[in-house]
Amino acid sequence: MLVRVMIEQSTSPSAPPIRWHIVTGKGGVGKTTVASALALALADAGKKVLLAEIEGRQALARVLDTAPLGYGEEKILIGKTGGAVHGIAVDAETALIDYLEIFYSMGKAARGLRRLGAIDFATTIAPGVRDVLLIGKITEALRRRDNAGEYIYDAVVLDAPPTGRVARVLGAAHEVAQLVKIGPLKRHGELVTSMLADPSTALHLVTLLEDMPVRETIESVPELRSLGIAFGSVIGNRTSPVPLPAGRITQVDIARALDAAGLPTSRTMLASLAEQTRGHRQRQDNETEHRASLETLGLPYVELPQLFGGINRAAVRELGTRLGDFA
Amino acid sequence: MRSLDLDALVRDRTKRIIVCCGSGGVGKTTLAAALALRGAELGRRTVVLTIDPARRLAQALGLEELDNTPHPVPGINGELHAMMLDMKSTLDDMVLAYAKPERAEEILTNPFYESISSSLAGTQEYMAREKLGQLAADTRWDVIVVDTPPSRSALDFLDAPRALAGFWDSRMARLLVAPARASGRGMLKAFSLSLTLVHKVLSKVVGAQLLKDAGAFMSAAESLFGGFQQRAERTYALLAADQTAFVVIAAPRAESMDEASYFADRLVRDDMPFAGFVVNRVVQDTVSELDAGASLRAAQVASSPVAAAALRLHAGVAKEATHQQVLIAELAAGHPDCSVATISGYNEAINDLDDLRGVFPELEPAPAK
Ligand SMILES: Nc1ncnc2c1ncn2[C@@H]1O[C@H](COP(=O)(O)OP(=O)(O)OP(=O)(O)O)[C@@H](O)[C@H]1O
Ligand SMILES: Nc1ncnc2c1ncn2[C@@H]1O[C@H](COP(=O)(O)OP(=O)(O)OP(=O)(O)O)[C@@H](O)[C@H]1O
Ligand SMILES: [Mg+2]
Ligand SMILES: [Mg+2]
Repeated sequence: MLVRVMIEQSTSPSAPPIRWHIVTGKGGVGKTTVASALALALADAGKKVLLAEIEGRQALARVLDTAPLGYGEEKILIGKTGGAVHGIAVDAETALIDYLEIFYSMGKAARGLRRLGAIDFATTIAPGVRDVLLIGKITEALRRRDNAGEYIYDAVVLDAPPTGRVARVLGAAHEVAQLVKIGPLKRHGELVTSMLADPSTALHLVTLLEDMPVRETIESVPELRSLGIAFGSVIGNRTSPVPLPAGRITQVDIARALDAAGLPTSRTMLASLAEQTRGHRQRQDNETEHRASLETLGLPYVELPQLFGGINRAAVRELGTRLGDFA
Repeated sequence: MRSLDLDALVRDRTKRIIVCCGSGGVGKTTLAAALALRGAELGRRTVVLTIDPARRLAQALGLEELDNTPHPVPGINGELHAMMLDMKSTLDDMVLAYAKPERAEEILTNPFYESISSSLAGTQEYMAREKLGQLAADTRWDVIVVDTPPSRSALDFLDAPRALAGFWDSRMARLLVAPARASGRGMLKAFSLSLTLVHKVLSKVVGAQLLKDAGAFMSAAESLFGGFQQRAERTYALLAADQTAFVVIAAPRAESMDEASYFADRLVRDDMPFAGFVVNRVVQDTVSELDAGASLRAAQVASSPVAAAALRLHAGVAKEATHQQVLIAELAAGHPDCSVATISGYNEAINDLDDLRGVFPELEPAPAK
């Protein structure tokens, strides 16, 4: 099946292409890295993409070596065929002021309240409202159109909170809509909920091919499914980068290669290399098992190799190219 | 580079509290458990306060359920107790201890209380420190090892409780939530914004009911906040005391090391007892005489496909190990007075006490008692 997974993929054969990519996974598995790589892959395919974070960590700026992101949706990267990545770090205070301006034309009063600390206070005592505002801003960007009626962004990629929190954050809109009986906040909640449930929205799950992360990924699926968001792909990240062909590794073969390259060898070095290779073999065998467990989820599967020497913009580019090539 | 001797740390009789901090996922819970186990097996009566341990680690420690009290860990050559923080019941206990009985009931049943105990930022840090304070008051323990909550920044453990207590104590909170009582104090007039406007906007945003609940909560809990604030100050003093040692844990990655470095600076600046860094899960290159470039050259001319793949994989390990050593050297150079320990360990999961002992492979096995 040669779909360009994630790039032009839909969540089902009859569904439209994905416009809202929500990237989640257990803490530290590579959500930010994968979200950035995906945004780049989409930009390289000619799309105008908004890459968003909502936890105030400046995680995107860090991986992409850009200045700290603000609310302004600045262009941060250029794609290959006219595409571009814009970045936004949504913060609840600004989103709230935005909201009060749009729905009540109270932007000025709201800014005054901010100086009093009232906005901070409100978003603190009502974390659900805070989450709706954060996600609401993303949906606003998704709906925004230019004068010709075309969407401003072809796609939005959200570097979402980790699995443990994402259900609460994405579910907040539904809860608020239930809680509040009338008024703009209810409509806002309902709008966000309907966009989450739209077939052009997809929740991608990033995992490492290790015991705990795979187990937790599989266990998280029922709760995430109950959010009513279609699943996109599972991304196995940081996997062993070079598959070892079948067959025994012999010290003689290694010694020959080192010889041919004019490198000195020693008995201990060859033994250590053989030992290290057995470790890699073990890891790859484990990965094969984990891949099989993930397959039981029945979702498209994409894989990104472990890169060495730290992740920077160049590395994210490389991972993005791999996502684009995943055909 | 000065090396941090973890055995000496858990043995040091002048140290009673060891705090494991660091950014999310670096191994705080694992190392807290491993250090505590080590302390117990070196003959000290040890308790470890874990926060949300992975299920298998909890099982390894014999922690099947959450009940907020230390339990003896079976299968240990020494005395180790382990517990998991239960935020809700720690908070309930505090309310019962600090509020007048008739008020306590009112607070505990307020719908708003629910959301504070589960989701208000800083509550977990506050409760962890509160629990630490309780453990420290108990003379049963020679050593208390404390895990810290999974937060975005290690600083939260120092700052969030004070901020949380301060938040409730702030005049702003009172004014905004209970405008009736506040009127006449004249504070908001100075800002020339009418109270009704503030209230109107707030109820639009958070809903009138929530604001009402919060208001009722505030007035019922008024006597409590002073107590909360005081407790936050007292537990901070405990952290700053000489009997405490902070171990700052980092992953061998740039962002994690930066965060650790920043946190250590803060500890030093505030005269907090900083013991040193632990860099966890460092890649070990067992074939360091073959560097990445050479290994790749050999891979290109290898006739055996397996050997070629093996050499390319080794090149990756070599490159990563070098990168990590550079990061570690930079960390040490940036903090010449501080010690650093490194812990290897790459793929293996922690399933039982033996795995936990294996976290410090270079340490001698604890002497049998
Ligand atoms: N394919 C990869 N190869 C090598 N390193 C990687 C890869 N993907 C991610 N990393 C590294 O793993 C670490 C975690 O990645 P990242 O920050 O993207 O995870 P995250 O899931 O967003 O974490 P958090 O839960 O803290 O937000 C980073 O140091 C990153 O550089
Ligand atoms: N030295 C080690 N050897 C092997 N595995 C380790 C080691 N340190 C940590 N791990 C594993 O890494 C994962 C994260 O560790 P741990 O839960 O201790 O981190 P943490 O800092 O407490 O995370 P959080 O911020 O989410 O609380 C766990 O699966 C743990 O088993
Ligand atoms: Mg991230
Ligand atoms: Mg932990």
